[in-house]
Amino acid sequence: MATTIQTQLKLRPSGDRRADQRGDGAPANKMTARGVAVFYGAKQALKGIDLDIPENRVLALIGPSGCGKSTFLRCLNRMNDTIDGCRVEGRIALDGEDVYGKTIDAVQLRARVGMVFQKPNPFPKSIYDNIAYGPRIHGLASGRDELDEVVQTSLKRAGLWAEVKDRLREPGTSLSGGQQQRLCIARAIAVSPEVILMDEPCSALDPIATAHIEELIDELRANYTIVIVTHNMQQAARVSQRTAFFHLGEMVECDDTEDIFTNPRDERTQGYITGRYG
Amino acid sequence: MQLTLLALILALLTVIGFQLGRSRAAASVGGRVAELHSVPSYHGLYVALWAGLPAAALFVLGTASEGWLAMQLVLSGLPDRLTAGDVQSLSLLKADILNLAHGVATGREPDPAVVAAARRYTSLRSLADWSLLAVGASLAVAGLAWGRHRVGPDLRARTAVERVTRVALVVCSLVAIVTTVGIVLSLLFEALRFFTVVSPLDFLFGTHWSPQMAMRADQVGSSGSFGAIPLFAGTALITVVAMLVAVPIGLMAAIYMSEYAGRGVRIWLKPALEILAGIPTVVYGFFAALTMAPFVRSVGGALGLDVSSESALAAGIVMGVMIIPFVSSLSDDVINAVPQSLRDGSYGLGATKSETIKQVVLPAALPGIVAAVMLAVSRAIGETMIVTMASGLTANLTANPLQAVTTVTTQIATLLVGDQEFDSPKTLSAFGLGLVLFGVTLCLNVVALRVVQTYREKYD
Repeated sequence: MATTIQTQLKLRPSGDRRADQRGDGAPANKMTARGVAVFYGAKQALKGIDLDIPENRVLALIGPSGCGKSTFLRCLNRMNDTIDGCRVEGRIALDGEDVYGKTIDAVQLRARVGMVFQKPNPFPKSIYDNIAYGPRIHGLASGRDELDEVVQTSLKRAGLWAEVKDRLREPGTSLSGGQQQRLCIARAIAVSPEVILMDEPCSALDPIATAHIEELIDELRANYTIVIVTHNMQQAARVSQRTAFFHLGEMVECDDTEDIFTNPRDERTQGYITGRYG
Repeated sequence: MQLTLLALILALLTVIGFQLGRSRAAASVGGRVAELHSVPSYHGLYVALWAGLPAAALFVLGTASEGWLAMQLVLSGLPDRLTAGDVQSLSLLKADILNLAHGVATGREPDPAVVAAARRYTSLRSLADWSLLAVGASLAVAGLAWGRHRVGPDLRARTAVERVTRVALVVCSLVAIVTTVGIVLSLLFEALRFFTVVSPLDFLFGTHWSPQMAMRADQVGSSGSFGAIPLFAGTALITVVAMLVAVPIGLMAAIYMSEYAGRGVRIWLKPALEILAGIPTVVYGFFAALTMAPFVRSVGGALGLDVSSESALAAGIVMGVMIIPFVSSLSDDVINAVPQSLRDGSYGLGATKSETIKQVVLPAALPGIVAAVMLAVSRAIGETMIVTMASGLTANLTANPLQAVTTVTTQIATLLVGDQEFDSPKTLSAFGLGLVLFGVTLCLNVVALRVVQTYREKYD
């Protein structure tokens, strides 16, 4: 299985984005957030977040419930636009371009910054149509054959192809929870996003399915920039290279994952990762 | 009189029973209520139920049977020459006795034996009422005493009350079911009587509807014809027109309400649309007859079409308007029930709002929408007044919506309006039509339910 995925990755034309890396080995920042504040009505959910999202890395957002991790995640692809009474301040840039600027269309942005949700949410369509949904609305594939190929590639990347290749016409909801979540990841990949946001993608899954997804995240890192919100500290440690700790609407600290877990600078971080609160 | 008295006595005894049971329960543990199995008010209810229920059951049974019983006694006392008739003369005799007993003039000089029987009937009824009162009241008192005797710290009054509650709920739901079964059976038997006169094949597949029966053998136009196809076709035609109006408008209104309208608009719009459902159909009827039909006719005239003054189109359009709130309200509910996570998933892939609605929300809501449409169809098929007023009674067999047609329900109404003999095929045909109508709407409802159950996506 792993070899097929690797082959697929090599075939991908944009697979050489790592070439953008700076000479010193540190990756370029795919997205940057500066002074991001979010209000739900009168309530302030995020207080001036500054955060860099490195390219082809996995950034984990950790912190206790209600600390604003998901809110921040949903700012990155403007999913908060769909919530009534939500106001975003500050600047978020994708490849240097302000995503809240006039030149960017929120709908197009979401095709570039894909999202995987907490609960698997396959559409009430066949497995094939679930994957083909995005490419169809964006006109990414001309003709049946090309669409078949996109579907196959996406399912292979998500490590689901072998399990579903004989039942592409069955409804997406007939899959198990873990398969459904990989279907949702495949669906996000199918529109060739540059960044994938994952909001607690494993919280509704059993440990085996979780291990599958984590493996997958690690493989996807080669081609995509990934931001993952998780409540599971081991998961953050396993899959991410950078970790940011959020607390009460603030970003307390952000560092290499290893440093956060072995040598946190802030005592709140220390308290959270050692389980004293949260 | 006696029965009213008994009802009052029963009401009083249950209230007393409640008080007695409650206070005795509290007294039995010296006021330490926590030592009781059930709180005192359950003991009160327990005693009240013992006082009220058996006596009430006797009351119902007694009032239902005493008239019949008295009549049987009276009849057995009558000479054979009076009672030895066939069924009809016997029922005539019974009616005479009842009329005399109630002091209603029969219009004939009564037989002395019948007068005596009526007098005997009156006295028997009064005796029965008094004894019912006596037995009922003593049963209530005995029940109260028994219930009060049972009250004590270990009595599981709460469980007993729970059982009675459950039985009461079952009885209530049975009433609905039994009524339905009764209606269906009466429909069925009358329809069977009709089918002994007119062959079911002629009825179901005949193309000429002219439900006339001769009073005299030499009457002009004496032969009736009961081919119901024109009625079915008319019903189908008007229903199709109504659905063509109601489904698109209702569905779009539902989509606007659930997906686009803000909260402020929505809380006004939904009730406003539902007001449409509250307008009496008679009002729709004269709107159709006086406004829509002439309008359709003049528009048709301007286009060079020949439109009859009562047209299926006018009736169908107005009926469609009437049904809009059914479709919109039910669809709005099912669209709202589509989980937000599906919309998020679609937006997250860069889909626009209308793409999301068209390709994700509507397919997910489809089973519910289909069910809503099915219910709307059965509503349209059952609608009577609008068609009676706007599309007339002419049983045309046509697919042209510009002509007058008639429907099954309209015909049933006209067949049974006014003084009718209830054994002529003309009136009986109404039951045949009713049976077909019932069958069709039943099938529609069953199909709608099946669709919903089969294709419902499980979102949990």
